[in-house]
Amino acid sequence: MGGNELETVVEMKGITKRFPGVVANDHVDFDLKPGEIHALLGENGAGKTTLMNILYGLYRPDEGKIFVRGEEVKIRSPKDAMELGIARVPQFPETVDNLSVAENLALLLPGKILRKNKIQSMIKELAERYGLELDVDAMVYELSMGEKQRLELIKALCRGAEILILDEPTTVLTPSEVESLFQVLRRMKEEGKSIVFVSHKLEEVFAIADRITVLRRGKKIATVPAKEITKLELAKLMVGRPVTFELKKEPVVFGEEVLKVNNLRVLDDRGLLAVKGVSFSIRAGEIFGIAGVAGNGQRELVEAITGLRRVEDGEVVILGKDVTNKSSADIIKLGVAHIPDDRRVGAVLTLSVMDNLMLKNYTNFSKNGILDLRKARELAEKLIEKYKIVTPNVNVPVQQLSGGNIARLILARETSGECKLLIAFHPTFGLDVAATEEIRKLLLELRRKGVAILLVSEDLEEIMQLSDRIAVMYRGTFMGIVDSEKAKVEEIGLMMGGVKPET
Amino acid sequence: MLNLRLERREVTPEIELIATIVAILLAFVIAAFIFLIYGINPLYAYAQIFGTVRKAHRLGEIITKLIPLLLCGIGLTIAFKANTWNIGAEGQLLIGAILATWVALFLSVPEFTRLPLMFLLGFVGGAAWAFIPAVLKSKLGTNEVITTLMMNYIAACFVDYLIYGPWKGAEEWGFPYTNKFPISAWLPTIPKTRIHWPTLIIALVSAVLLYFLLTKTTIGFELRVAGQDERVARYAGISVEKAIILAMIISGGLAGIAGVGEVAGVHHRLRYASSISSGYGYAGIIVALLARNNPILSIITAFFLAILFVGGDAIQVSMGLPFGVVNIFNGIILACLLTSEFLAKYKISWR
Repeated sequence: MGGNELETVVEMKGITKRFPGVVANDHVDFDLKPGEIHALLGENGAGKTTLMNILYGLYRPDEGKIFVRGEEVKIRSPKDAMELGIARVPQFPETVDNLSVAENLALLLPGKILRKNKIQSMIKELAERYGLELDVDAMVYELSMGEKQRLELIKALCRGAEILILDEPTTVLTPSEVESLFQVLRRMKEEGKSIVFVSHKLEEVFAIADRITVLRRGKKIATVPAKEITKLELAKLMVGRPVTFELKKEPVVFGEEVLKVNNLRVLDDRGLLAVKGVSFSIRAGEIFGIAGVAGNGQRELVEAITGLRRVEDGEVVILGKDVTNKSSADIIKLGVAHIPDDRRVGAVLTLSVMDNLMLKNYTNFSKNGILDLRKARELAEKLIEKYKIVTPNVNVPVQQLSGGNIARLILARETSGECKLLIAFHPTFGLDVAATEEIRKLLLELRRKGVAILLVSEDLEEIMQLSDRIAVMYRGTFMGIVDSEKAKVEEIGLMMGGVKPET
Repeated sequence: MLNLRLERREVTPEIELIATIVAILLAFVIAAFIFLIYGINPLYAYAQIFGTVRKAHRLGEIITKLIPLLLCGIGLTIAFKANTWNIGAEGQLLIGAILATWVALFLSVPEFTRLPLMFLLGFVGGAAWAFIPAVLKSKLGTNEVITTLMMNYIAACFVDYLIYGPWKGAEEWGFPYTNKFPISAWLPTIPKTRIHWPTLIIALVSAVLLYFLLTKTTIGFELRVAGQDERVARYAGISVEKAIILAMIISGGLAGIAGVGEVAGVHHRLRYASSISSGYGYAGIIVALLARNNPILSIITAFFLAILFVGGDAIQVSMGLPFGVVNIFNGIILACLLTSEFLAKYKISWR
């Protein structure tokens, strides 16, 4: 921090930002010291991203002041932010995938000629300083998510960033990639960079942050040094009520076989084999977990089972019926509920809450093709209450709801009907602690009722907590299927990385 | 340097209404320059155009033109709701006119069934003409804007081929018309006007029925979901192909009926494509968009466009303006409308 006399590099005072119907930030104070990692913790919709978008010049605050290195500034665009040395590493890498690493970096540099030597030496220097190694000749589409994020970090540093905003940087990473990211961040800190680490994951925040600021519903709740608080206290601050980390999983007697997948082979969008001969079965009342890093064929597998993707070879049998390459409508009729990993696939954002709640069972409200909208409204209102969906009324378009509420809406629709098989793909992805807990409880509740559940998740804790059996998917195949009671986290972690267990 | 910033905002019905009105007003302002070039006071020109409403014989003409505009427009609201950009109402209208002519002149059927059959086949013809691009889009993913547009030219050339060639009327002294329809193929009109009221009633009833279809039926629900988001529709087990094809059949069929109305109610023969329809199929796009794809609101917007058509004709004669002025005006409205759509969605600020 050599001779830096500044108390703070960034100070945000009384920041208020209103959106139609919500106050996203309500007089929030936030400051960042030189050479520190300051975590911004909060549930979904707490206003973390809004606050950082203001700092990065994407939004303008309605009220409040920003000081950078002691001087009041108006940040009107990301360009202004960059001139002040503020850079943002986006949650999902924004790289040009069909260019090489060198070409992606050249886009940032002045001049129109690709100076590869310069880029090479630059990367070499960064690698030595921060451990940011990357092959300059590699095409970006070949890179893993972790490597793409490294490229984003390099981009930020090339632009001369002194203040880095990392918005949920671990979302797309495997556990080992998270660890190497943390090492890089620590090195950056030692070099005097200041880092804002936006997250809702308690463990990570504890592992990396010096100070922690908690936001809840747009308000700042507290700023505390990480060493002076426990995980439970922090969770309480974040949620506003005590949280249990234990879930009760009652023993259940499994029923008939609900889903049977036999030697399934499925292509991905590029026409390459993504699922390479997968077989398993799930009985009523059983949760079958599929662990693995995203992009190892999970999506293609789920889409093939739900009738959204063609099966090349093998078969899918649901409740004794062969549904291989049947339409999604036919499969839904058998009582298959599906929570997709992408919420934009599970709900029409421009249509109303009511329309979305009846998306799959609208025919139940029809008589000779004419909809009984009063009945549909009554049911929608019931579901909103039961599943605690926060919405002004049933007629607002879903896009006005927060991510967590859209997730609840999808869950409400999928699990309220007659459901025999539930396919839950990242059901708690991006959700806050409270919502995550509720959803996990609900899955266990459904299990008790005898629903067969296929749970696909990258969250190992979730898989371990809920599943009866666990399969690990790696490059289109199952590395193994283990009983969750006998499973060890380390063993599953190894399989996620492609290492076969020794038997 | 001008630095524009866009922020997405919630589009409420109020914002949509304001955007539509602003678009129309802006179109009037821009179009004013055309009148200025001709040395005409724009306010005087607009007063003349809208003054037509107060004259009884002009009002009759306005309602006569409203009929095809409304039929094309409401059909297009359904297509647009299904996210299918049918630019082909013009051609679908002409095919309806051709089939109606065939029934009127060449089919031997009991006379009392002639008109109903003309409407029926007119609908089928228009629907079939729309069905082709609909299938191409849903099965092969071709762009319907191109295919429907191109099929307009095919339909127009086919009309011209028929009236110059095989269907050229013997009684017409060499003019490129078909023979006049027998009286049994004439639609009744309201006395002293050219308003062929049966078609008007079909149009108004269809507007109400389509509104009901869109908002209160399972088919309408499927159309809206498929039109808003194909991926979600597939996920929910709703067939996007079915929605596209159904929307196009309705859209094309209603345009076909408009064609029947023109030949059976106004011209009583088939003639040049450009005489049968003075761009009703294209103007129908504006009818639908101004009404924000609401079939009932389309009655108002079709009336508005009909005033422009009739008023435009009137000032062409009285002020010696060229033929294209109304088309230019319609084009300006469309451009302003599309811009306003964008402005309604985003808040723009600059420094």
